[in-house]
Amino acid sequence: MSASQQELDEFQAEAAAWFSENKPADPGFLLPQSFMEVGTDQQFEFLRRWQRKVYEAGYLGMAWPGEYGGGGREQAFQDIATAEMVRQKVPFMTNTIGLSWAGPLILNMGTDAQKAAYIKRILSAEDIWCQGFSEPDNGSDLGNAQLRAVRDGEAYVLNGSKIWTSLGAYADFIILLARTDTQTNTKYEGLSYFLAPMKIAGVDPAPIKKLTGEHGFTQTFFNDARIADSCLIGEEGGGWQVAMKTLTFERAVSGGQAGGVHSMAVSAWEVVEMARHAMRDGKPAIEDPIIRDQLVAFLIEERGLALNNKRGEIPGLISERPASIAMSRKLTNSEWRRRLNQFAVTLQGANASRYVGDADAIDGGRWQRGYFNAFSSTIGGGTSQIQKNIVGERVLGLPKSE
Amino acid sequence: MRDQAEILFTDEQAQLMDIAEAFSASKSPIDAVRQQIEAEGAIEADLWREMAALGWLGIAIPEEYGGSGLGLGEVVSIVEPMGRNLFASPLVSTTLAAQAILLAGDAAQKSHWLPLLAGGTVAALALTEAHGDWDLANLTCTAEGKGDAIVLSGGKTFVTDAAMADVLLVTMALDGAPALVLLETASLPAGAMRREVVIDETRRSYAVDLSGIVVPMANLLPQDRALGCLKSLHLTACLLYAAEMCGGTAGVINVTLEYLLTRRQFDHFIGAYQALKHPMVDALVGLEQARSHLYHAATIFDAADTAGGEAAVRMAKAQAADAFAFASDRAIQFHGAFGFTYECDAQLYRRRALWCEQQHGDGAHHRKHLAGLLLD
Repeated sequence: MSASQQELDEFQAEAAAWFSENKPADPGFLLPQSFMEVGTDQQFEFLRRWQRKVYEAGYLGMAWPGEYGGGGREQAFQDIATAEMVRQKVPFMTNTIGLSWAGPLILNMGTDAQKAAYIKRILSAEDIWCQGFSEPDNGSDLGNAQLRAVRDGEAYVLNGSKIWTSLGAYADFIILLARTDTQTNTKYEGLSYFLAPMKIAGVDPAPIKKLTGEHGFTQTFFNDARIADSCLIGEEGGGWQVAMKTLTFERAVSGGQAGGVHSMAVSAWEVVEMARHAMRDGKPAIEDPIIRDQLVAFLIEERGLALNNKRGEIPGLISERPASIAMSRKLTNSEWRRRLNQFAVTLQGANASRYVGDADAIDGGRWQRGYFNAFSSTIGGGTSQIQKNIVGERVLGLPKSE
Repeated sequence: MRDQAEILFTDEQAQLMDIAEAFSASKSPIDAVRQQIEAEGAIEADLWREMAALGWLGIAIPEEYGGSGLGLGEVVSIVEPMGRNLFASPLVSTTLAAQAILLAGDAAQKSHWLPLLAGGTVAALALTEAHGDWDLANLTCTAEGKGDAIVLSGGKTFVTDAAMADVLLVTMALDGAPALVLLETASLPAGAMRREVVIDETRRSYAVDLSGIVVPMANLLPQDRALGCLKSLHLTACLLYAAEMCGGTAGVINVTLEYLLTRRQFDHFIGAYQALKHPMVDALVGLEQARSHLYHAATIFDAADTAGGEAAVRMAKAQAADAFAFASDRAIQFHGAFGFTYECDAQLYRRRALWCEQQHGDGAHHRKHLAGLLLD
């Protein structure tokens, strides 16, 4: 039986009050804007504590099964709680890979033992998860993964390395795509998918310094790391299908995520406010006709992307290409965010040259850092150029590019 | 404004859209569009009667005046598929004239004209003047009261379908303020209309000389509502042009895709080349946002005449204009040498896009007005 509107309204009020009372105070240091940007122990511990608090208050994993630590309620409740987090601009849930990709995957196709072992600890942030798909020699070409997993009795022995591992320095577990067979007809058939521990002998996450100057992720080396064969999810040799399944969660084409806010929203309206203070020729920049045109163009685009989400739910208005909006969302939203941050930096006039750490940097330098970090989304998870191939081929039906 | 991310799409809209798509596709296949360009006259009378019989001319006219009592959102749902098939008819001008009468007409004008317009009487819009300004209140045409009539002077331009119209909705300055009058074309002398050569050859556009034309005072819409009516007329036109352009964008994307999937160069279908594939995705992404803006604008512009409605409509027009311009421009380029020929259909869409963009304000113009609405 579905919840009545009255129940939902009451819950909304309750959630609004809880987040209003419990929203953390400004920690006194610049917080990251998504899990991919966590760069210091201080930031990590702060965010981990916050996720745990939200979970214990009952606002995370509300629609996940109660027997594994979820709330066992309807998705509608989680959607309300998530919307409230966004509305109140509370810090994001840092265990994103666990909550949004690994968790739904385990619930969807994991064994009972895997569900019992992992789900609750994902929600409470006791176990932090990371993702091991990309390798140094194959960025967007996941099917070409070379990290070897060789069966040895009831174990697999891992050798190779993964790169761009967000939260790699903190993670307890990794969703790992590895090659179990090198003799298959196609490169895809030799892949297997593991839920592997990170804090074991032979796994060594080495921090990588990002273009922002921060330590954001790791290259994760595997040297004869032994994991139990129970770490396998899906069939041996079936890793590609599991990886594709994961991408449907990552790209939110499939539902089942734990919910919660996962990145700090950026809005062109914030840049409008900045334009009231930035100066051009002795006047507020917002009076400059060219800047006005640019601001409005960003507002139109921001609104168009938000409206795409609405229209994407109306079958009669997406009938010609039902997957178009969902499949192009990562491309459009990440590119918009990059360009908006870039514009916000240039709007600052000579002050655009300041950076995080300078006492006079506008907004603490978050637009400068935001612009650099925005490349994580236009590159990570398949570059915008690869996304255009995907949309061109799967939505428009164009032939594969060589 | 910030929280109104809502789109309503009714069952009526869905049905109308399906019917209009099937109708436009069967009545306006591309060779029919080309035949129509060659033909001297406008849309065939039978076809127009069929559209009237389908109830399309009275969709947004209240039932008490012989219409269906639906809204502009429903009109949008039929104009979009018409745009997709490059179907040309006076449906939009007739609808806009009816909306103006509904908004600014007196009781007698409404009960006389609205049932006629719902039933097949053709209306054309005589709004634009030689200066080409999109500001409908910038009027050099004037009228002077003379007993129970007014006498017009000046001329109008881009009066689409004037020759088949029964009535023109004409704007002019009367006593220094904007006014609207319904001018029955039967009262125009021979030679008052001159066919214009316009970029969109599917359109029948005329310049109309109004000098010395006498119109009964009874045909003057009450002048106190004229200025508000002009603004509403402008925005409603923008909404319907946005619908036509979204349709056109979808149409030209499909025309281009078909070529990219059949033409081979250097041993590959040219659609496999990223230099062509990626801009096609840009065109698609532009279309998706344009349609989202369109149906949002249709939703909230219908509900009330608010600042939010105005912003939504201007966004929809600006986005659709930019999307259609890009998609149709690339359509020519991606057809290669064939794209340079008259025979290639890409030019039909590019010409249509230019017409639609340049009537009632281009993207930059609407962004300028949006800046005033949103930033100040």
